[in-house]
Amino acid sequence: MKYTSVSLLEKGFYVASLAVALLLSPLTQAQTEQVTAQQFVDLQQGQAHFPGFRRAHAKGICVSGEFKSNGRLSQYSNATVFKAGTHPFIGRLSIAGNNPHAAELTAPVRSFALSFVTGAERWNIAMNTPPVMAVTNPHDFYQQIVALKQGKEAVKDFFAEHPESADFLAWKASYTPSSSFALETYHSINAFYLVDEKAQRQAIRWKMLPLNEESKNPYTGKDALQQEFATRLEKGSVRFNWQFIFAKQEDDENNPAKLWPSNRAKVDAGEIFITHWQPQLSGNCHALNFDPLILPSGVIATEDPILRARSAAYAESYRRRAKEQLMGALEETAND
Amino acid sequence: MTDQITRFNLAMRVLHWSMALLIFAMVFAGLAMVRALEPWQLTLLGLHKPFGTLALLLLLLRFLIRIKSSTPSLPSGMSTIQVKLAKFSHWLLYALMLIIPTSGLLMQYYAARPIVVFDFFTIPAAMVPHIEYFAVFREGHSLAILLLITVLAVHIGAALYHHFIRKDGVLKSML
Repeated sequence: MKYTSVSLLEKGFYVASLAVALLLSPLTQAQTEQVTAQQFVDLQQGQAHFPGFRRAHAKGICVSGEFKSNGRLSQYSNATVFKAGTHPFIGRLSIAGNNPHAAELTAPVRSFALSFVTGAERWNIAMNTPPVMAVTNPHDFYQQIVALKQGKEAVKDFFAEHPESADFLAWKASYTPSSSFALETYHSINAFYLVDEKAQRQAIRWKMLPLNEESKNPYTGKDALQQEFATRLEKGSVRFNWQFIFAKQEDDENNPAKLWPSNRAKVDAGEIFITHWQPQLSGNCHALNFDPLILPSGVIATEDPILRARSAAYAESYRRRAKEQLMGALEETAND
Repeated sequence: MTDQITRFNLAMRVLHWSMALLIFAMVFAGLAMVRALEPWQLTLLGLHKPFGTLALLLLLLRFLIRIKSSTPSLPSGMSTIQVKLAKFSHWLLYALMLIIPTSGLLMQYYAARPIVVFDFFTIPAAMVPHIEYFAVFREGHSLAILLLITVLAVHIGAALYHHFIRKDGVLKSML
């Protein structure tokens, strides 16, 4: 049965049975200790709390530009973004962490988020530098962050207890953060399905590979990545190759910790051109929640438990900062 | 004078009970999906929004039928204050049933999140999100739900009071 053709009646029945199941859920959840979106965001924001800012990846800049699609992906997905031509986007470059004033060069994880609007649809993309997660579900991810906050010993113990982190650790050992947002490769991490007109699904991951000149970052202050990026943009657009990796039958698209073999088919969809940047608070990305589960027709989510946890966690972070902003939290705050 | 009506008409009864079921399912779905990090969260979120849209459409239909139909009068012997409270709570329920789906739709609109309604059509969202408007409707949505749960408790309590203590025809008029 195709997911999209579930009848109204079945959906109604599903909701009704879920409601009954949820009535009984306090009985079953008592034993399993499931982390909630609120607990997750509490952990991310930590003790130091920055009202009005994103709870994760709090420091960054808004960017905008266009994607020049070569049309090669349109045979696998009917998403408008893959049609040959130029598709504008707004986006955000950021570093991981809860501190909107943190030093950038030492941040181990950098991120690139994009948002395309095509007709009535929107596609949000939120990418990080690591190609995989260390763990396979949000509850283990929570414990991983707890360990990170506790220090090196706790992290060592955590990874020892989680052999599924092997691919992540191998990547981490081989990776050195660059001194420019323009020199990083950004990964979808989680897998999605491309869906074509005949409703055929293809599991994919993607990455954006830098096509920019290597150069030394002359800045050393805490805003060094932003300053370098602004300087670089004055000389011309920053470009990335948007590449899709196609899973084979034996690859598990629902496991975000497992890399797919390097010989999997790769298809380049076109080039991303970043042409402008803005400070994040006055920029056009500030009000947007880059929930990566806002998808256009032609792209659907896999059952990956970490991917499916992202919507609720992003929504909780967005709700908190929206309320704080309404209460005036950012009125005195300068862009940073 | 025509016969005294003792029951709500069929359309009103069907709408009352089907919306009761829908509202209970929606409240539980909503409370669960804002907390859960489980894989079914996305599925539930994808059902909550179109069913909320359906609830709004059903309410408009129900409201039309309500103003065009005669309704049973309240039993005699109720104090003026009880009658006033009964009428007020019913209009408050109508108001909340309007405010809740409307605030839900508007918070999605200002957060720039399009709503797919049963694969039939997509309700477009703002091109440019507005985070402060989102905050107003997001918090309003939650507060209205809390008020709804309170008023529903009174509503159900009153129905049981009429049936088991006063032993009048109020609950039966909706069966």
